[in-house]
Amino acid sequence: MSTTERAGAPGRPPLPAVLRSVLAVEVRLFLREPLTLVLGVAMPSVVLFGMAAIPALREPSPDFGGMRFIDFWAPTALVLGLCLVGVSHLPAVIGTYRENGVLRRLSTTPVHPGVLLVAQLIIVLATMALSSLVLVVASWLVLDIGLPQRPLLFAVALVTGSASLVASGMLVAAVVPSARAANGVATLLYLVVMLVGGLFLPRFLLPEVLVRMGEFTPPGVQLLMDAWWGRVDSTNPHAVQLAVMAGITVLAAAAAARLFRWE
Amino acid sequence: MAIIEVANLRKRYGEKVAVEDVSFSVDEGEIFGVLGPNGAGKTTTVECVSGVREPDRGRLRVLGLDPSTDRTRLRRVLGIQLQEARLPDRIRVVEALRMYASFHQHPADVGELLSMLDITDRAGAQYRTLSGGQQQRLSIALALVGRPRVAVLDELTTGLDPRARRETWKLVERVRDSGVTIVLVSHFMDEAERLCDRVAVVDRGRVAALDTPERLVARASHERGGGRATLEDAFVSLTGGGDLL
Repeated sequence: MSTTERAGAPGRPPLPAVLRSVLAVEVRLFLREPLTLVLGVAMPSVVLFGMAAIPALREPSPDFGGMRFIDFWAPTALVLGLCLVGVSHLPAVIGTYRENGVLRRLSTTPVHPGVLLVAQLIIVLATMALSSLVLVVASWLVLDIGLPQRPLLFAVALVTGSASLVASGMLVAAVVPSARAANGVATLLYLVVMLVGGLFLPRFLLPEVLVRMGEFTPPGVQLLMDAWWGRVDSTNPHAVQLAVMAGITVLAAAAAARLFRWE
Repeated sequence: MAIIEVANLRKRYGEKVAVEDVSFSVDEGEIFGVLGPNGAGKTTTVECVSGVREPDRGRLRVLGLDPSTDRTRLRRVLGIQLQEARLPDRIRVVEALRMYASFHQHPADVGELLSMLDITDRAGAQYRTLSGGQQQRLSIALALVGRPRVAVLDELTTGLDPRARRETWKLVERVRDSGVTIVLVSHFMDEAERLCDRVAVVDRGRVAALDTPERLVARASHERGGGRATLEDAFVSLTGGGDLL
């Protein structure tokens, strides 16, 4: 038998099995440092409940077209959770893995380090889904905020919006050299998304330009609001907004894949 | 029989030449040392051999495979322990080993590996709680879990205390005795003298000497004109520090 044949003889384990094994470890690591889970899943609801503790914010007001402030603000709380997980947490984890040589070590095995990124994406998307579910259900049960009026459109907007955030987060993660740099850039992105999303000033007080930006910057907070409140009609450009989020996702993901530095 | 062949390897990073012209071969079952001062091109050389970096020029063969084109197959037969590659802080020793084992079709037994590396009692410990020596031993274990025929160990004992270094040396000998060919990168001469069958002294991107440690020492003693030299003396003289002797 030639050396080459012997060298090539052992095969590679199937990718799904490898992904399962990496995912199992990454999930345990994620749960061992539960800060992101707590902040990302519980904090949006807690902040919304905090707002609701102020009586004036529970009164319907003509300023919000007869809605209560908390009804108006619930989508912002939703975006807060999505953003913490997709834009803050994801680049920090990947930046740390790059800085500490975790990705580099993986690249010396028969397995491509991209498996680790896929595992992280699964964890991040699952956490975002959980965060959204907790917020919508808790708002409905505790604060009597209506469930999304257009559930299908809301779900589609949530999925595309989350994807656009995660792709942007991945683009940051692709290029930052360290965890520290990841935190810096991610915080900037986070502030922009949350400014547009109405965290610092409710969106009805924002200047027109920021309100318009909310239609077209990730995660598309305007469409989430419209779908939640059922304010979608043929004059709303929701198909355009969905297409923009999908486009941002594809572009950011492609750029991330192209620019990604493994060390 | 040569298991690794390197001929006229050259690698630059931009303007900087890391490896100018390096040639050597490693026989099956050897512990082969790659020695040299900091920045001599040791790590770049073994990274090219391991398929982690693409050489600019030169002919490389590891078990008959070309590291640049047969990368996937090479990774199944060559394990590498990289300098300064950490693991996630909270991963447990046994989790890391099992995960890396799952990357191979016929991995080593995780329990056996733990006991060979003498970290069985730390199997459930998180990476951040391990001592430097234990982290290095885990790192070696991860390089060996795929049952490689060649293991590349880079700056294995840098930063370890004398006792941990000696334990690690014993381990390297045990690994070789199990039939693995070892390429050891080091800048410690006592380590090379103790472990290596042959060494290549690399200086400024070129091989300054290629011989057994004993013969390098004998030559240095002769040049000195009496009195037994050490491998360190030979090294200093070979790497352009003759005036320091």
